[in-house]
Amino acid sequence: MKQPTKKSPTSERTNRGSRTSFPHKTLHLAMGLCMMGLFACAGNSDKAPAPAAGSTPAAGAEIPKDTSIKLPSGFSASIVAEGLGKARHIVIAPNGVVFVKLERLKDGKGIYRLQDTNGDGKPDQVTGFGKFGGTGIAIKKGYLYASSNEDVYRFKLDDNFNVTNPDNPEKIVTGLIDRHQHESKSIALDNDGNLYVNIGAYSNSCQLQDRTKGSPGRQPCPILDSAGGIWQFKADQPGQTYGTGVRYATGLRNVVGLDWNTATNTLFVMQHGRDQLHDLFPDLYDTKQSAELPAECMYELHKGSNCGWPYIYYDEFQHKKILAPEYGGDSKKTGAEDAQDPVVAFPGHLAPNGLLFYTGNQFPEKYKNGAFVAFHGSWNRAPEPQKGYFVAFVPFSNGKPSGEWEVFADNFSGGPDKTASGRATYRPCGLAQGPDGSIYVTDDSKGNVWKISYKK
Amino acid sequence: MNRLFVMASTALLAFLLMSQTQKPAAKGGALAASIARGKVVYESTCQPCHMADGGGAPNMNPPLSRTKWVLGDKVKLAQIVLKGLPGGQIEIDGDTFHNPMPAQESVLSDQQIADVLTFVRNNFGNKASAVTVAEVKASRGRMK
Ligand code: HEC
Repeated sequence: MKQPTKKSPTSERTNRGSRTSFPHKTLHLAMGLCMMGLFACAGNSDKAPAPAAGSTPAAGAEIPKDTSIKLPSGFSASIVAEGLGKARHIVIAPNGVVFVKLERLKDGKGIYRLQDTNGDGKPDQVTGFGKFGGTGIAIKKGYLYASSNEDVYRFKLDDNFNVTNPDNPEKIVTGLIDRHQHESKSIALDNDGNLYVNIGAYSNSCQLQDRTKGSPGRQPCPILDSAGGIWQFKADQPGQTYGTGVRYATGLRNVVGLDWNTATNTLFVMQHGRDQLHDLFPDLYDTKQSAELPAECMYELHKGSNCGWPYIYYDEFQHKKILAPEYGGDSKKTGAEDAQDPVVAFPGHLAPNGLLFYTGNQFPEKYKNGAFVAFHGSWNRAPEPQKGYFVAFVPFSNGKPSGEWEVFADNFSGGPDKTASGRATYRPCGLAQGPDGSIYVTDDSKGNVWKISYKK
Repeated sequence: MNRLFVMASTALLAFLLMSQTQKPAAKGGALAASIARGKVVYESTCQPCHMADGGGAPNMNPPLSRTKWVLGDKVKLAQIVLKGLPGGQIEIDGDTFHNPMPAQESVLSDQQIADVLTFVRNNFGNKASAVTVAEVKASRGRMK
């Protein structure tokens, strides 16, 4: 059970700052030993000391595979960084430079820039900057955007995707509500100069007293004025806040994973559905129903979209929008008929934290334009077993799902027991696509970053 | 034979444990009963957030094992359960927790709160004295 202590190249490099030549050598040495099977591979975590059959890396060209992550055949995962702590969202520049946003500062820094300068697949230049924790990160038109739980900043990038003003970014949006619950300000940008920011509802179901048995739902829910939706701002205008932004979509309890779909030219979001149906309404829901309901929903948004929170939730078994019990629902009555239906409904409480529409050419044809969803994993299914800790895939064609969703990358938890107990080793959070068509997955439990690639 | 051995060693262990806690034997029964009642309250009211193993949920709900609140002043502990917390108040190893903790003052009785806290203080790696109804009452009194 005890994890062998190992130095991750990432943290090593961070501590050493600008000394670059020596670490390169040690890395090559470690790689060599690793390939000779003499040592457990650094960076391959603690699970796969022996190289997997059929995946012997070509000398110096590839980093070791992490065979503990279960993938469809032809795909493989490798760990490109570890020990970053609460690694949330991630973005890859066109030259392959990786930027990771951390929820909690590591060595005083909230954003890490990882670059592989020697082409061995593992970042050897690691620099941190940005003195704020948070979730959102994106690159658009020469700028790196990143969010704290109240503000959105942007940094200027040069041609090599170095940040030119690491200590004084522009504050594009400021003063957004952060009341601890659902505080992540995830961001996405379109190609018309707009920035979209999630402002999660600081509540489970807009009860008078949050999460308190017997407390009624507030009618109308006042939270929706300043949260529980997606706000739209101008991407290049500093100092915006509520007054200057537009409430683009409402009735969304909390969105962590979102992505601008360039095939449909629309914003897609993953909502975290409400919790505690059984705890609050034991007469209406048994523990099993409470574990499964409501669905975690994907929505396609347009200006003015309303997805119905807190008045309804989506029941994926009845395929209906069910009136929330805080608003007089009985688990069968429907409500908010004008609210949008989801595009895809996933099982309850899996906590979708990352969404990525795949536009690369590396993966097989079926993945093109489809959606990857990183599920952070549940906590609210007890006493039923917990679930999640995987990356799912939904095929799309013509802007609509063209098949059932499936598990794409699994076993981040470390095994079925760890999944069931909720004591997962790793928890998928952010997703990004690299210039070569590989995808990246972050983990905000220990701070791993995996790169997933395909080879026929 | 195996079973005999297990029984004997369990008895021995129980004896050793009991002789270590300096409580009169009669109190053991009351304590056990309070813990048993507290378990039922825990499962219906606290477990959804603090989980079956008392380990909480990362970033969302704090663990209840050997925290300074669980093991600390009992009147203050009862106050957390009575009044709840807004979220972001508790910090453990630099981590804070995003959910609110719902107030139980109008949901649970003094007896239920005493029982559930006694259960928590004797589970999840905790070993501490029972919380009494009088202490919960004192906590309610202090809030006025
Ligand atoms: C809705 C989720 C939820 C429920 C239900 C809940 N708690 Fe909590 N609890 C929390 C959160 C979140 C905090 C931390 C709040 C903060 O930091 O402001 C907390 C804090 C605590 C603390 C102090 C911190 C610590 O970890 O020692 C104790 C003790 C505690 N809860 C006990 C209980 C007991 C006993 C019950 C059942 C009667 C219960 N909680 C029910 C979410 C919950």
